Formats: sequence, structure tokens, C-alpha cells
Amino acid sequence: MKRNLMMAFESSCDETSVAIIENGAKILSNVVATQIKSHKRFGGVVPEVASRHHIEEITICIRDAMQEANVTYDDLDAVAVTYGPGLVGALLIGVTAAKMVAWAHQLPLIPVNHLAGHIYAARFVEPIEFPALALVVSGGHTELVYMPKEGEFQIIGETRDDAAGEAYDKVGRVMGINYPAGPTVDAMAAKGNDTFDFPRAMDKDANYDFSFSGLKSAFINTYHHAEQVGNKLNHDDLATSFQNAVVDVLVDKTLRALKNYPVKQLILAGGVAANNGLRTRLSAAIDQLPATQLIMAPRKLCGDNAAMIGAAGYVLFKEGHFAGLDLNADPSLEFDWAPDVIQ
Amino acid sequence: MKTITVDTPEATMKLGRAIASHLKPADLILLDGDLGAGKTTFTKGLAAGLGIKRNVKSPTFTIIREYQDGRLPLYHMDAYRLDDGSGDELGLDEYFNGDGVNVVEWSKFVANELPDNYLRIVFKRNDDLEDNARTLTFDPHGNHFATILKESIDEDGK
Repeated sequence: MKRNLMMAFESSCDETSVAIIENGAKILSNVVATQIKSHKRFGGVVPEVASRHHIEEITICIRDAMQEANVTYDDLDAVAVTYGPGLVGALLIGVTAAKMVAWAHQLPLIPVNHLAGHIYAARFVEPIEFPALALVVSGGHTELVYMPKEGEFQIIGETRDDAAGEAYDKVGRVMGINYPAGPTVDAMAAKGNDTFDFPRAMDKDANYDFSFSGLKSAFINTYHHAEQVGNKLNHDDLATSFQNAVVDVLVDKTLRALKNYPVKQLILAGGVAANNGLRTRLSAAIDQLPATQLIMAPRKLCGDNAAMIGAAGYVLFKEGHFAGLDLNADPSLEFDWAPDVIQ
Repeated sequence: MKTITVDTPEATMKLGRAIASHLKPADLILLDGDLGAGKTTFTKGLAAGLGIKRNVKSPTFTIIREYQDGRLPLYHMDAYRLDDGSGDELGLDEYFNGDGVNVVEWSKFVANELPDNYLRIVFKRNDDLEDNARTLTFDPHGNHFATILKESIDEDGK
């Protein structure tokens, strides 16, 4: 059988990425240009969000991805692209580039939901078996997604306010840690003790939703109270206490979901899926459930990248789910809720 | 200027709800103040007041979240991540002159993009009182917002 070669694009937020993927499962190249580094260089804590940087990077990413994979346009069978959710100006760069490649080379154009991409990063570990459940945790998302079969995604729970990764960045900022704060807080958490007993919001509620805004406020209150009376709190202990509160709720809610949605596989995906504390705790918890296999997205594919878009895009390619050249970015794109969940 | 002290997130939401019914297309509300002081909580109340059923989530990472299922569209924006001055490329004036209600958190990072008339609300944490105590200072710019403030919120914050 002839191999399928797909060029995939991702530009929904801070990363510009182009990948060449074979049969939706093998990465021939995955070039990621991040805006985070260039902004650190200028002393900025936060990356630029405008589309200018994506424009500068995208043609370079295309060239490098094709060179590294050793393919030409004639070898390609399809083009996949993230069309939402994300920043509209950023999304449009990837969508426009993908359209132009598809049009110029007469290739099918495949529209991919960014979150489906995150989930399909797990495909590079092994094939996904259904039904499956995914915990997607990142700077912009904290969701439990049920997948009854291939290509179907249903939200059964999500954050009511802040995403978990966002809470990491905001408490990190309070402690003077540069963006993105997650990896640093994770490393500090490994060294400290849980001495602050921060709230585990909604942990006991009979739903699969999350809330991290109250935890963020509790953390900031604690920090400011101590500052006001001249106390210096141990930052490692703060990090451990914060991380335990986040991980406790993520793991508890996931286990509760698994009880009502028995699945073959649990997938951990999204930028926060690279967090050691979360990986360790979730692994230990799933060890107790012999019927469910845990697949964690590879660390280097947890952040935004185009390889995962190629993996998710391949499923749509097999179904013949193509977009026209009128494809537009959809910044608010989201999965539907599961029909049996009352919001 | 009007200053109101609240002691629960619910009270913050109630203020958002009170203002919502007076808003019209292209109105702009700026929410400034400390992290975790209740800006998104206020917006949740405002959204409910507009009849929006969808859950209002923090827009920090996506910069702009749009809610179309209420009496008016709600455009909830957060300039927190734009502290490098890149906000001029977001096309904010299209929102500000558009069909919906605009709520902007951390407005100082898009100060150059703002029109003359808006309602600015500054949130302050009163940590010395108690953890959930917040002071909201309402600062209307332009007659429209002065009227809204007079009609929607009395001195007791009701």
C-alpha cells in the first residue's frame, strides 16, 4: 500500500509548527518555532500574540519540515490544519498557508480541532482504542473528553473558570517565575512539602467540572498575608501545596469519570500533561484499574505542535472529511457536550 | 465615581448582573485590578444578566472569548498577556464599534486602543479585612455610563 504523507499546520497560539506525518502515526519531521524564547530575549515575560511572528516563521517551517522529511510537494497526499480554537489572527496564518498549499498542489484540505490534535499526540505512543477518555490540560483548557469511537469527541467536564496551566502561570508570576511557569513550579514542587493545605475546589461535587480560580486566590491571599507581616514563605512548599491541590482534583475527577465511563484507554494530553507530579500520580491511580490503559502524550508532543494535528487529521482523511477553500478560522471552536451530561 | 465593598464572589456577580440590563451595543467596560480580585467573576454576573447561558471562562490564554447566546453578544477580552504592547494588532476597534458588549480586563496594556467613553471598574483586594473582601471603584467616562451607574447601582451596592 502506498504510504500516506500529510503536511500538517499548527498556529493557534504561541507556536508556529509544520510537520510531515506518514500514515497518521509516524513523524518524518515536526518543526516548531516558539515565540516564547524570542520574547525572553527581549526581557518580556509574556509572548507576543500577534500574527506577525507566525507570518515570519511559517514559510521557514514549511521549508525545514520538507527538507528534514526529505519530501517534495509531489509526495504529499493531504494538508491538515488547526482551524480552532485559538487566537483568530494566529489561526489565520496556518489556515491561509494550508489553503495555499492545498490549492497550489491540488491536495485535500483537512480541518482539525486543536484539542483533537492534543489528544492524538497519544497516537504516537500507540494506536488509540475505543471507547477512550482524555484528560486535556493546558494553559487554555482543562477538559475531560469522552470518545465513544474514532472521530467522536464529547465533553463531559471542563473548567468553570481558569485552566490549570493558567493557574500555574499566575501563581508562578506571584512568586517571580517567568512564563511559562509550569515546569519551574513542577520542579520546585518535587522539593517541598504540602504545608499550606490549599482548597480542592469542586473535588467532592458529583460532576466532572473543575475550578482553579479559588485556588489561585487562596494562593495569592496566603502570599500577600505573609508579605504584609514580613514573613518569607518557603517557595518550594508553596509549589508543592499548590501542585498537590491541582493534581488531587485532576486525578479525583478523572477517576470519577472512569467509573461512569468505563474505557479501554485513558489519554493524558495538553501542555500540563508534561507535569511530572501529574504523570506520576495519574500512573499510580490507573495501576489500580486493570481494565484501563493509561497513555500519556510524549513529553515533547505535549505542547502545541503540528505532528499531533497530522495524527488527528489522518482520521478525518480516512473518513473523507475535507474542507473547501472557504475554510475559515473558528476561534471559539469547541467539542459538543456529551448528550447524557447535564451542564 | 462610586465605591462599593463586597465580601463574597456572589456579591461581585450581582453587581455585574445589575449593570447588564442597561448595556447597549458597542458599550465598553474596563476591569482593572489585582490578580484574583474578581474581574472574571464580575463578568460571569454580567453575562448572566445578558441572558448568556454558556459558562464564562477566563480569557487569559485565548485573549478574546465570544458569547453569542444572550440579548447582546458579549466579547470578553483579557490583555494580561499583551504586556509587550502587541495589542495594537488585535483589531480591537472593530469590537469596540461592533454589535456587542465589550469587557476588557487589564486594559492598561491596550491603553492606546481605547475610545473616549467607557466604564472603568477597579478591583482591589482588601486582604487586611478578610480574604474575600473586595473594593470595586466605578469610574464612568461619558454621560451614557454615568447614567447607567446611577440607574443600576445605588450607594449600598444593591
